[in-house]
Formats: sequence, C-alpha cells, structure tokens
Amino acid sequence: MEERGDRTALQCRQYSASCREFSVRCQPVQLRSLSAATCSVWLAAYWLFVLTQNSMVLSTAIFITLIGLIVYLHFVKIDQESLLVIASLGIQMTSSYASGKENTTFIEMSRVKDVVINEAICMQKVIYYLCILLRDPLDPQSVSEVVPLFQSSKPRLNCLVEVYRSCQEILEQRKTVSQTL
Amino acid sequence: MQMLSLKASGGQDQTPKAQVESSSSIPMVVLKVFFPSCCSSAESGLLVGHWIPEQNSAVILAVVHFPFIPVQVKQYLSEVRQVTQVNVSVLGTWSNCKKKEESLSEFLEDLGTIFSHEPWIQLCKETDSKFWSCSIIQKHPSTPKEDEIILVYYDQRKVMLSHLHPPGNLTNSTDHKAEDASKLAILFDTVAKSKVLFMKDRYDDGPIKLTHWQSEGVEASIIVELMKQASIPVCMLLTFLLSFVSSVCKSRVLKFWPLSFIWSKLSTCEQLGHRLEHLQVISSNRKAQNQPQLMRKANIFVSLLADVALGILLMSWLYRKNRIGHLADTLIPAADHVAKELQDLLQWLMGVPAGLKMNRALDQVLGRFFLYHIHLWISYIHLMSPFIEMILWYVGLSACLGLTVALSILSDIIALLTFHIYCFYVYGARLYCLKIYGLSSLWRLFRGKKWNVLRQRVDSCSYDLDQLFIGTLLFTILLFLLPTTALYYLVFTLLRLLVVVVQGLIHLLVDLIDSLPLYSILLRLCRSYRLAAGVKFRVLEQKTGKPLRLLMQINPLSYGSVVQTYRLPTYSCYPKDSWGSLCKKLFLGELIYPWKHKGEKQD
Repeated sequence: MEERGDRTALQCRQYSASCREFSVRCQPVQLRSLSAATCSVWLAAYWLFVLTQNSMVLSTAIFITLIGLIVYLHFVKIDQESLLVIASLGIQMTSSYASGKENTTFIEMSRVKDVVINEAICMQKVIYYLCILLRDPLDPQSVSEVVPLFQSSKPRLNCLVEVYRSCQEILEQRKTVSQTL
Repeated sequence: MQMLSLKASGGQDQTPKAQVESSSSIPMVVLKVFFPSCCSSAESGLLVGHWIPEQNSAVILAVVHFPFIPVQVKQYLSEVRQVTQVNVSVLGTWSNCKKKEESLSEFLEDLGTIFSHEPWIQLCKETDSKFWSCSIIQKHPSTPKEDEIILVYYDQRKVMLSHLHPPGNLTNSTDHKAEDASKLAILFDTVAKSKVLFMKDRYDDGPIKLTHWQSEGVEASIIVELMKQASIPVCMLLTFLLSFVSSVCKSRVLKFWPLSFIWSKLSTCEQLGHRLEHLQVISSNRKAQNQPQLMRKANIFVSLLADVALGILLMSWLYRKNRIGHLADTLIPAADHVAKELQDLLQWLMGVPAGLKMNRALDQVLGRFFLYHIHLWISYIHLMSPFIEMILWYVGLSACLGLTVALSILSDIIALLTFHIYCFYVYGARLYCLKIYGLSSLWRLFRGKKWNVLRQRVDSCSYDLDQLFIGTLLFTILLFLLPTTALYYLVFTLLRLLVVVVQGLIHLLVDLIDSLPLYSILLRLCRSYRLAAGVKFRVLEQKTGKPLRLLMQINPLSYGSVVQTYRLPTYSCYPKDSWGSLCKKLFLGELIYPWKHKGEKQD
C-alpha cells in the first residue's frame, strides 16, 4: 500500500505543563496553479470576445478572476490549522485562511470525553483523522458528537500519533485532578 | 511522499517521557485567575471578586485602593452581595510598584489575616516588566500538591455587555445540574450581575475607591436617555390608536359572509394584520424580561422602520413624474393583450394543436364557451377603465405603510387580473375530473367489477346485458373524448401554475422582509462582542517560572446562526403537498391549492 499526499509540517509547542499547542501547516498557494487558472479564464474570455466582438466580455473576465481569487483566499484556502489544549479550560481549534482570517472554536473541558484517532474508508482510500468525542450532558457515558480535527490539512498517521500522545498526557492530568478533588 | 518535520520551538522543549511520568504522579491543581485588563495599570490595593470553588477559579471584578478602612470595605461588599446575589468578597492583594519593597509585601501579607479568604491570592507586577508573579497562600493545605496558576485576561466591558449563546444541544436541556452548566456561562453571568459594583467611579466621594472598567466615569448616552424618556408617552399613544384600530377591525359589520371570505383571500389583509400584531408587541408597556424578548422587540422595531422607509422610497419613486399614471395607462392595454393572447391560444386549440386531431364538436363547444368568457372579461375591464387611474392612485398611497404591503397589493392585483385564468382552470379541471372518474368507474364495469362503498374495495359484480351495453358505449365515448378535454386541462393548468409561481415568489419576498432580524445583523456587524458564540484564547508571551498568561477574547456568532436564532416568526406559506401527491392530484384532476398558510385547518 502506498502513501500519497501533500507536504505538511507539524509544530508542537509546550507553554506549560498543562498547555500545549500543535499547528499543522498546509501547502501554500502555488503560483503554477494560480497562473494556470487565470490564463484559462482569460483565454476563454478572449475567444468569446473574438466571437461576439463585445468588450464587456473581457472586463467581466477580469472581474470574475479578481472576485474568484479574493473568495478563494478568504473562504477556501486554509493555510494553517492549530490545536491549543489547556488542561483545565478546554480545547481550541483555529484555522487560518490565506487572507489572514482566523476561524476559532473553543470546546470546554467539561464537554470533552476523549481524543481519539478514527479511521474512515473513503472510496478506495483509508484515511485516519483525529477527533474529539463530546459528552452528552444528559447521559455522561454516551458520546453526543464527534468533532473532527485538522480537516483541511489532513496530516498523516505519524503526525496524528504524536498529537494524540501529547493530548492524552494532558487529558490524564485532568482525570488525576478530578480524583483528588 | 510526505515530509514530516517536528519542530519544537518557543519557550520550552517538549518534556521527555520520564519527566512526564513523574509529573503525572503528583496531581496538579490548576488555579485560574480571571483578571480584567482595565485593572492592569491600577495602583496597589485589594482584589475584589467572586471565587468559584467547583472550578477552582477566581473572577476578579475590581481593585480597592489604599487608604481604606477594612470594616467599611466589608460593609460595602455585604451590601453589594445583597443587591447582586453574587458572592463578592476580597480575594487577595494586588501590588503594582517599581521594584519589590519589603515593607509593602509584609503589609500585604498582614492584610491576609484581616480579610481571611481561602485561598489568598497575591498578584505582583513590576512597572516595567510584562510578566507578573502570582502566589497562593493556603492556610490548610489538605494534600501536598503543586499549584499551577493560569492568568486569564478578559475585557470587562465586553464580557459584561455580551450575551452568550451556548451550542444548540445545550439549550434544550433545562434540568441539568449546576456543575454540568457551562463554566463560561457562570463567568459571564457573574460579571453581568455585578453591574452595581461598576456604578461607583473614582470621582465619587466615598470611603472606598475602586478601579474597574467604568472607574473613569459612568458611560451613558444622552440620545439613548432622551429616547427612553420619550418612548413612554409614544407607547401609550400608540397603544390607544391600536386598540381603536383593532376594535374597528373586530366589529361585527366586517364579519358577514361575503366580506369575511374576501378578507381571508386577500393577502394584503393578512399582511396588515401581521404588522398590527407587531405594533402591538412594540407598544406594550411591559418591559422585556430577558434577552431574547428584548432582541425580538428591537428586531420588530427596526424591521418595521426599514419596511416603512423602503415603502416611502417606492412611493416617492412612483409618484414622481406621474409614473403611476403611466402604470395605470399601460394596465388596460396589458390586460387586453393577455386576453388577446388567450383568444389566439383558444383558436389554436380549436384548430389542429401540435398536429393532434381533436374531436371537432366537443372542441368547438369548449372553445366557444371559453371565448365567450374572455369576451365578458374584456367588457368588464373596459367598463372599469375610467376608474383604474384613480383607484391605482389611492391604492399606491398605501405603500407608505411598508414595502411588504405594497408587494402584497401587487400580488392581489395579479390575482384579480388573472381571475379568468383561474376560472378556466377550474372549469377544465372539473370537466377532466368528471371524465376520469367516469372512465375509471366504467372501466371497472367493462371488466365486470364494481366499487363496493361499504367495504371500500373492488368486488366482482354480474351486470345485466343492457347495463353492460350502455356502460360500454359510454366508456367508448368518454375514452375517445379524453384527448380533447385533457389538452384543454393541460393548457389551463400550466397557465394557472405560472400565475401561482409568480404569486409564490412575491410571497417569498414578503416573507423574507418580514422575518429578517435586521437589528441582530446590524449588531453583529457593528458590535460583534454583544452576540457571543463562545470565547477564544490566545497564549501571550511566557517566561519560565511565571504563571501561564492567556488572553480571552469573545468569539462572535456567525451570521447564519444570528439569522437562525433571531428569526421573526411569520405566517409563512409553504407548499402543502409533496411533489408526489401534487403530481397525483394533477393527474386525477383534483383542484390544487398549492400554498398552505400557518393556522389554516388541515383538510
């Protein structure tokens, strides 16, 4: 079985005994694909212009390219995904887009049941992903929701195992704390 | 091939496994101190706040400065406790000085004996250093444990004004225990309830000097205060007017049968009734009990204002350059044009439509019947033509009541102008329906079966010869006349569906304007901290040996959730039937009323 994928880089930082941050950086925007997309749009527009002799087509093409680029950078292309785990507060997931926008979600520790690595069968591939299991407030033993992490950067199993081990160390701390209190 | 690079950077390296195992054997108790960022530059004093023992966290609300008399501080705090129902107490000391002074630190420790609190927090900041030191004094440490301290800075004003929206699944369960309740909600609640503590500013001549977010002076806006004063008489006037209007609407005169039928069919009346309800909600004297009610009132008010503004804009555009006169002038020719097109369509159907061969006699009968109706309709329109301009002029004035009312009137005008299409549809559908039922019943006779009404099933039955003869004859006649009727039915159903789709689009637009929570969207745009989905933490610069510093910011609600949470309820009309049952009804020739309004009885 062979492994395929893009280049990703994992960075772990430990701020204190109970606070760690993991960031996965995705592949940056390639100049190649960007210029290919722009050229194809403009070639199509020029061909339409030759057919219809209407210069509005060219300005529309420029407009579409600009708007498309802005939308892509602001809403689609994720640059970096990071996970901040603070033992007594909770887990925070941040995705930062290529335009600088950051999308953050914070889950309180009381809602977190566990952090596990799941496998999923996707067409002909098997992919591994790290996910947080949330506790159901009405039934503490059951899982109410599964929140997948690193969905856009999709790091490989070896990265995930590192992150998983670190998270488990921190989550164990809260169990020992709750036993002593 | 994937490249994995593991870089450990920043303050500390990743602890090796052995050390982790040893540290996990000593249970770490983490103490969280929530400190308001406005007090970072305050002078030395006492820390006043709320201690939450279940979460091992201290929420600092204010700093009391020297000089003070401990008895007065205790008295003031007990008063605050009574008013706010929040357990406010002295939690520790705060020192902000150029360099560590021995005398000051001794004095601060002595204070710990006067205001006894377990645990006693001592925060110390040196003027030119970013990193604070924090120490905890426990009088009765029960087990030997290392205390890790986390300092979380929060913006007091934003946390006080914001309203936390917990994720959907938590809002439904109302009977969960206190410890399951969101920890953040407790924090937000504490700060919001301590409003009275923030009323004292530094210019007050009192025995106690506090520092908090409002200590530079209580914030207020003159416009808001004036509006609050003015709103009471306005509300009373509005209530009086509305009671008068609603009593007129409810009077018996308007409830007689033809009028009540007309009112129920006109969408303008429904829209006006809906707006009347909204006005009643706004003008009621009761203050809003909680945040959702307040937001609802504000949304209704802003939505009404926007609606009326758009309506007046539309009206000014219509009446300028006598556009409404032009509209009235083009209305009659448009109606004539539609009628002419219908006549051409019927002539086409009476000939050889799409190459199909019709039954000439039935074709001529149906065609002439419908043509006569169109002739009546055109005469009626021409009779009305002198008055159209005046009617339209006065009806256009009602656009000042709102854009939604104008759109409803447009929808009603379309319905009135295409009334003949509706009539044709009903005739065609009834004829087709009769034919289909007749055919199905005679088909059963053809096969020697009968519908048993008692048992609700098909039974075999022996018919007499003459019954069979007549039945077969009728069956043949109906069968061969089916294509003609079916074609007329198809054409008029398509026309009717077209009109229904146009009306449906207009209603959808009206619904959208009615239900959009404009105030909430504006709030999310301009003051995004007021609608909080949660919080987000940022790790600030660290130094070994000093407590972990985090900045807590408010994570605003996304626009989609804002619209979903604060949507105004409407009398929305939505499709009554699924696609399958709609097709079945069309095939059988049953009359379709595609839109069902909320509140209508199911049939």
